[in-house]
Amino acid sequence: MHVLLIEDDVDAADYLKKGLKESGHQVEHAADGKTGLIKAAAEAFDVLVVDRMLPGLDGLSLVQHLRATGNATPVLFLSALGEVDDRVKGLRAGGDDYLVKPYAFAELLARVETLGRRPQSQPVATTLRIADLEMDLLGRKVTRGERVIDLQTKEFQLLEVLMRHAGQVMTRTMLLEKVWDYHFDPQTNVIDVHISRLRQKIDRDFDLPLIHTVRGAGYCLRAPDQAS
Amino acid sequence: MRPIRLLDTSAFRLTLIYLGLFGVSALTLLGYLYFATAGFMTRQTEETIQAEIAGLAEQYRTQGLPRLRQVIDQRSAAQPHRASIYLLTDPGGRWVAGNIDRWPDAQPGEDGWLTFPVTVEPDGIEPENRRAIAQSFRLAGAYRLLVGREVEDRLELQTRIKQALSWGVGFTLLLGLAGGLLMSRGLLRRVDGINRTTERIMKGDLSQRIALNSSRGDEFDQLASNLNAMLEQIERLLNGMRQVTDNIAHDLRTPLNRMRSRIEVALLGDDGESSEALRPVLEQTLNDAETMIGTFNALLDIARAEAGSERAAFEKVELTPLVRDVVDLYRPLAEDKGQTIDVAIESDAVVDANRHLLAQALANLLDNAVKYTPEGGRISLTVSEGPAISVADSGPGIPEGQRGKVLQRFVRLDETRATPGNGLGLSLVAAVARLHGAKLVLEDNQPGLRVRLDFQGGSRQIEDEPSRSQTPPAKALRDLRQKARA
Repeated sequence: MHVLLIEDDVDAADYLKKGLKESGHQVEHAADGKTGLIKAAAEAFDVLVVDRMLPGLDGLSLVQHLRATGNATPVLFLSALGEVDDRVKGLRAGGDDYLVKPYAFAELLARVETLGRRPQSQPVATTLRIADLEMDLLGRKVTRGERVIDLQTKEFQLLEVLMRHAGQVMTRTMLLEKVWDYHFDPQTNVIDVHISRLRQKIDRDFDLPLIHTVRGAGYCLRAPDQAS
Repeated sequence: MRPIRLLDTSAFRLTLIYLGLFGVSALTLLGYLYFATAGFMTRQTEETIQAEIAGLAEQYRTQGLPRLRQVIDQRSAAQPHRASIYLLTDPGGRWVAGNIDRWPDAQPGEDGWLTFPVTVEPDGIEPENRRAIAQSFRLAGAYRLLVGREVEDRLELQTRIKQALSWGVGFTLLLGLAGGLLMSRGLLRRVDGINRTTERIMKGDLSQRIALNSSRGDEFDQLASNLNAMLEQIERLLNGMRQVTDNIAHDLRTPLNRMRSRIEVALLGDDGESSEALRPVLEQTLNDAETMIGTFNALLDIARAEAGSERAAFEKVELTPLVRDVVDLYRPLAEDKGQTIDVAIESDAVVDANRHLLAQALANLLDNAVKYTPEGGRISLTVSEGPAISVADSGPGIPEGQRGKVLQRFVRLDETRATPGNGLGLSLVAAVARLHGAKLVLEDNQPGLRVRLDFQGGSRQIEDEPSRSQTPPAKALRDLRQKARA
């Protein structure tokens, strides 16, 4: 994935660059808003990671300029400010996701990968299929192999989110946002318990597990033959 | 809306005082007017009668009875319509002279004046009874003299004047009431403006300032500019404090964050066997860093909730779905401990709230309940009228004396600090309750703890209904105006 990182904190940028590269992504870096805007406009990137506070041109204006020229590259805002209206302002300015400092690198990585793989226009699928796991969105029915699996509403939603982002790491915070629609730091084991419930229904009686724990980050649903 | 008693509004009191002053001065003025017109006329008539009696008595004394009779006859003849009344009687009470034939029946009043009717026959008109006043005088030799005036017209005029004056008083009071209302409303409108601005400021919008009426520069403008100066100072102090908090948080969080990133990235890299030995150490360090960052974040969450600026993100939130969502989130955790969670919905309440913070507070309460309730215990949530949310558990509860203490930051009843947690969970709940003007009550669930979030019983002074267009004094005025019209 081709990522443009626009961040003025040199240390933070170095570690982000290193981390993203270790995870197999190409990273370009810009240390101020103007350079960032020029780079973002000149080259095609999969994801932009933009700090809200930048010298020269601040992150919000940068993204507004970019959107005004018709550039739709997904943007992840980074911010030291965490107030609710900051998140709203960021998303309104054309950001696609928002991450408040301090964040875990794993959280950033998961969000960058989710944004980068987001299809530009979501096809209206009525069925999701990963390996032998199938979800009928209209009939709200889940089957694995020949067996019909009974899921409660939240379990169904949780599985739907995991399947829609199959192969991507979903952090606990992302799951709380997408399944419950609340933005706060969940107590770590709350989401874990939900996942373990889901696992019992999806994976327990089958040889190959589909739901994987990504240590220090979150969970990932993927087909057995997919590379990690 | 806060109930306002009409008598408690200063608009009403000001109006009453204004009305009282106005009434007293109007009564004084009109009283003098009455004294000067109707009173003057009465006195003039009485003085004329007394002067005439004195004159007639003088005639009698110097020139005797025949002369008196002659004079009375002359004067009676000149008054065929009995505008002036004369009567002279002898010691036996018999008629001697005059234009009425006998002594009137009326008894003299305390002031010696007789009031009686006389029959008047104006030319070609039906005879009619008219009122007259008279005074009697005892002459030497037991003769008695009566001199009077027909006063019907004057009395009629006096009645008219009295009527006119009482209407005058009525109108004056009415005008006074209207004037008082206008005057007090004018004053109070400005006080009201100041109140509205301060309410907005108390809701968290510190940038608000009180408008000055620059054309005048009166006492209200002085008050407003003093308040503005004070607000300026408060805002500066608050910003300073926030700056310091942010700086501390930032200064400590940034190195922590970098430390975490470094460890994370180091764990990602795979450069040989030496890193395998470091892995457990790094993982442990990462966990510690995460705990510290979590504590910082919790502290900053509390600080933000307390600053009140999150009110900007308030929306209408239905409590029932919110409670169900959070219960959904915690149910598997409770079920793993063999605990049951009951939800009782007694009211479909909607409150003005920050949805995410309220959910976080409720999650903290449920987290505590699950944590401290023994295996197989019972947790119940209730949304009741009020509206209020309560979370009750069957755990060990909190002794009464400790209940205030657990709301403080970093206070944990578990002295050994063996259970996981940072002692900030209930502090956040308390801050969120304050932000929403709700009262947080910790009670005995017998056994266990019941925490109630009461949105009605809060200490918040501010009304949050944006639909409210009438402020209390304005409402009182409107009531008064309607009363005045009625």
